[in-house]
Amino acid sequence: MAPEAVLETVGLGVRYGETRVIEDISLTIPKRRVVAFIGPSGCGKSTLLRCFNRMNDLVPTARVTGQVLFRGRDLYAPGVDPADVRRAIGMVFQKPNPFPKSIFENIAFGLRINGFQDDIGDRVEASLRAAALWDEVSHRLDADALGLSAGQQQRLCIARALAVEPEVLLMDEPASALDPIATGRIEDLIGELRGDYTIVIVTHNMQQAARISDDTAFLYMGELVEYKETQRLFTNPEDERTEAYITGRRG
Amino acid sequence: MNPGALRGGRFDTRLEARRRAGVRFMWLCRLAVAFGVASLVVLLVSLAADGLPALSFEFLASYPSRFPERAGIRSAILGSAWMLALVAVMSFPLGVGAALYLEEYAPTNRFTTLLKTNIANLASVPSIVYGILGLAVFVRFLALERSLLAGAATLSLLVLPIVNIAAREAIRAVPDSLREAAYALGATRWQAIRHHVLPAAMPGILSGTILGLSRAGGETAPLLVIGALTFIAFDPLSPMDPFTALPIQIFNWTTDPRGEFHALAAGAIVVLLGVLLMMNAAAILIRNRFER
Repeated sequence: MAPEAVLETVGLGVRYGETRVIEDISLTIPKRRVVAFIGPSGCGKSTLLRCFNRMNDLVPTARVTGQVLFRGRDLYAPGVDPADVRRAIGMVFQKPNPFPKSIFENIAFGLRINGFQDDIGDRVEASLRAAALWDEVSHRLDADALGLSAGQQQRLCIARALAVEPEVLLMDEPASALDPIATGRIEDLIGELRGDYTIVIVTHNMQQAARISDDTAFLYMGELVEYKETQRLFTNPEDERTEAYITGRRG
Repeated sequence: MNPGALRGGRFDTRLEARRRAGVRFMWLCRLAVAFGVASLVVLLVSLAADGLPALSFEFLASYPSRFPERAGIRSAILGSAWMLALVAVMSFPLGVGAALYLEEYAPTNRFTTLLKTNIANLASVPSIVYGILGLAVFVRFLALERSLLAGAATLSLLVLPIVNIAAREAIRAVPDSLREAAYALGATRWQAIRHHVLPAAMPGILSGTILGLSRAGGETAPLLVIGALTFIAFDPLSPMDPFTALPIQIFNWTTDPRGEFHALAAGAIVVLLGVLLMMNAAAILIRNRFER
């Protein structure tokens, strides 16, 4: 039995002005799996990720064609509010981008703007615990978030995203700006979230993809080349471009 | 390639001459700085020498008079204070609102690019031209007469492009990562602006606004054109009252043939300069304070 699909793209293409970035991509993201997008720089993996929460809307020249279905509903259909999409599909960025406010306010913001009705303090604590940050910051929730280390900042960004109860978490190279120890913590955290959330992660680090993901998609020059279980993709690639990339051969 | 091709070329490094040229240039630059500093010192010293003797509590608290020993700048100070407050109230929301629209909402196309270029042009239009516009529109057409409101509206036209440009620069300097962070949590455009873009841009907006206001505080020509009175022996109590302002009072006294009034003008200049320097200092302070 095929697992339930949370996200599905049908013939998805994105252009920035005249430049085609990705073309005719059809894939499904199964529920509660960790899916990694890998591929060389400029292959379109981040662009593809940003289609899932309509982040490309913020780029004035971006044009999206085809469909992105979230639980069967087209995210790009008229009448769909991107703010609504983004609450259900959270995102963590390459460079940690906490708000220049207190640790508490970083999480409270998303709750307030979405009209959270329960106790904000409880939810802040639960989010920080879920992001494995509570023990480090519980005594200084009023401290400036920018005073945290880069790794802590990134976990705060994950906590902030989890607070508003997304179903899907998009991660755009979440550890590429971090040192190996902080990277390890993020990977551990993804390991803990695995099974509870659907996670789509872009990474340029193949070992990382191999360690943390259930399925891996290899993109090359805007095209989806190969997409299957991570184990099989790395041990038994079918396409020679995939093989060349994962074995480190160029061209 | 023949490896010998990159060997044995002749160089005349003339290191000593090159070094001397550098030293000469540095001294030229020092001279340029010294010129500016010297002018400033001469200005301040001569102003202080002429103006400080005229300063007294009576000078600040008295209305103008045809007797120099009784004349003061009370109505001019009040007029300038009214004026700056009204200009701030008018130019801040309009200038910042337009800046937000151009930077956060409007698409980038030929029209908005043209608009932005022309706002920059507006900032360099001579102030007397705004005076003529103010005379035609506010004083005559809207029948505001020679009131504080007409004067403040005229100066607001002058200040608006300055506030707008400063605000747009401040808004552009807010990193996109902050906007993305807010949007990714489901914020609407207004929520992202209200909670993140505006607070982050506010120091730059405020210091730009204060600089614009200090420009307005020193303007004379547009107010002369719209007919600000120079002899006001009462306190302006509402925006519809006739008024004078510090630069107008200074202009009036310096054009008086009687020498005693020139000393009063110098005194008023010291007061005006003091106020404007403090405003500029406040702007710099705000800017430095919030720079990370």
